[in-house]
Amino acid sequence: MTARVKWRRFVSNFMLTLTGVCALVSVSVLFFILGYLVFNGGTSINWAFFTQLPKPVGEAGGGMANAIVGSAKLLMAASLFGVPIGFLGGIYLSEFSGSAVASVVRYAADLLNGVPSIVIGIFAYSVVVLPFKHFSTLAGAFALGLMMIPITLRSTEEFLNGVPRYLREGAMALGASKWKTIASVVVPAAYRGILTAILLALARVAGETAPLLFTAFGNRYWSQGWGQPTASLPVMIFTYAVSPYEDWHRQAWAAGLVLLGLILIINILARTILSRGIAVPRS
Amino acid sequence: MQASSKPGLSVNIVTNTGTATHGETASLPMRMTISKVDFYYGSKQILFDINMGIADKRVTALIGPSGCGKSTLLRALNRMHETVHTSRLEGEIQLDGQNILAQDVTTLRRRVGMVFQRPNPFPKSIFDNVAYGLRINGIKGSISEMVEKSLRRAALWEEVKDHLHKSAYELSGGQQQRLCIARALAVEPEVLLLDEPCSALDPISTAKIEELLVELKNLTTIAIVTHNMQQAARVSDFTAFVLTGQMIEFSATPQLFTTPSDPRTEAYITGRFG
Repeated sequence: MTARVKWRRFVSNFMLTLTGVCALVSVSVLFFILGYLVFNGGTSINWAFFTQLPKPVGEAGGGMANAIVGSAKLLMAASLFGVPIGFLGGIYLSEFSGSAVASVVRYAADLLNGVPSIVIGIFAYSVVVLPFKHFSTLAGAFALGLMMIPITLRSTEEFLNGVPRYLREGAMALGASKWKTIASVVVPAAYRGILTAILLALARVAGETAPLLFTAFGNRYWSQGWGQPTASLPVMIFTYAVSPYEDWHRQAWAAGLVLLGLILIINILARTILSRGIAVPRS
Repeated sequence: MQASSKPGLSVNIVTNTGTATHGETASLPMRMTISKVDFYYGSKQILFDINMGIADKRVTALIGPSGCGKSTLLRALNRMHETVHTSRLEGEIQLDGQNILAQDVTTLRRRVGMVFQRPNPFPKSIFDNVAYGLRINGIKGSISEMVEKSLRRAALWEEVKDHLHKSAYELSGGQQQRLCIARALAVEPEVLLLDEPCSALDPISTAKIEELLVELKNLTTIAIVTHNMQQAARVSDFTAFVLTGQMIEFSATPQLFTTPSDPRTEAYITGRFG
């Protein structure tokens, strides 16, 4: 065996090991976090965590029922605001706009997606909180909804673009107008991908803390309505984690575990949707 | 490209007014007439001064080598070319004596249906595929009866009647193509355009579709593009030979294949090129 061949073998094996180790690291980080959360949070999760309000400082026990409901309300309102705008905008981009307009909108959406979430929070603070002089659930939902727009828009566009041309032609050849073709063939052919992307967008904003800090703010009690501040899981985790109390730290771990569980459920739901229904075969 | 406007145009073609002047064509009414059609994609001219007719309740075949413009010509008949923004059509195409370019495009496409090269069922059930055209056109009546009728006409009913609600993609390629034919027939088009409907199919499926076409001509008027000359000879009553965007010859099928009047037609059908 010549030195050259030996060297090649060495490089090949070295790269195999290096890439393998990196793959292992990326997987183990997830499992490390998961294990840590389960280890620390699992012991603090009980029925009261889901049903009771936070207890005052010094009193043991209590739960985060208000934060769980608050997060659910925030996500629901955020979806109602962000998903239709992103979805319909995505349809426009994919089906109606010229390539010049599309590239401008696409670029803007990518930039919006890249805006740090704390900046989104400040924006929501100045356009919703300041005029109403009030922290509110709606302001928080507005901030989260803004973050969902670019993700929904881009993924809608991409999945619609993936619908083969021959399906559109098939519908048009039967006398379907452009909108009918889109509504009855193109969107149904792509809806599983779009729905999955929307769920993943939801999972992403579910964990956002920064945009909620000065919009939905926080609340140690039940929120009094959409116009009032509300507790949410991420903000609760932040508040409890930086507190000096041992009991609160445990609760923060539990909240983290619940949040992660929620995101996991959304992800599984997304995958289930993807595997059902009639898919357009790849050509 | 040759400079003369009608190079090699054979004598026995349909005139601009759409009435035939030779042989069997003389007595047949024309469902569609194509007069002086020039077609462009951007600045590139694809078709040059095309004149022909699609005879009522007959099969008209368009043959020619790849890229000669035969599919473009077919797609112009129900204005599918308009999905390409740079396309431009000059001249006149008439359906029952009326200019199709002046009509509402969705109405036109309901009257002039199309089956594509590749089977393109929608990602829906077999039933919903056939019912689609009925539903979007708001056709009244029993949808399931009409679906059955269309599937029978497309010779697919016996094979699918027990699983109408399964995905259309569970059918074989040949069955999918017959499903697409059923889907097109459901809205009862006056003319059915087929763009190389068998090119993606195996010989047995191809034979079934050819058989079907011969039966269907009692029901509707058919124009078919094919690069398979034997297929044109088997199924069609009239054949048009298109070469580099020009109509070289258009006559009754037996005549075109036995005594072609243009040397280029003869060269093509005897396999000397294409």
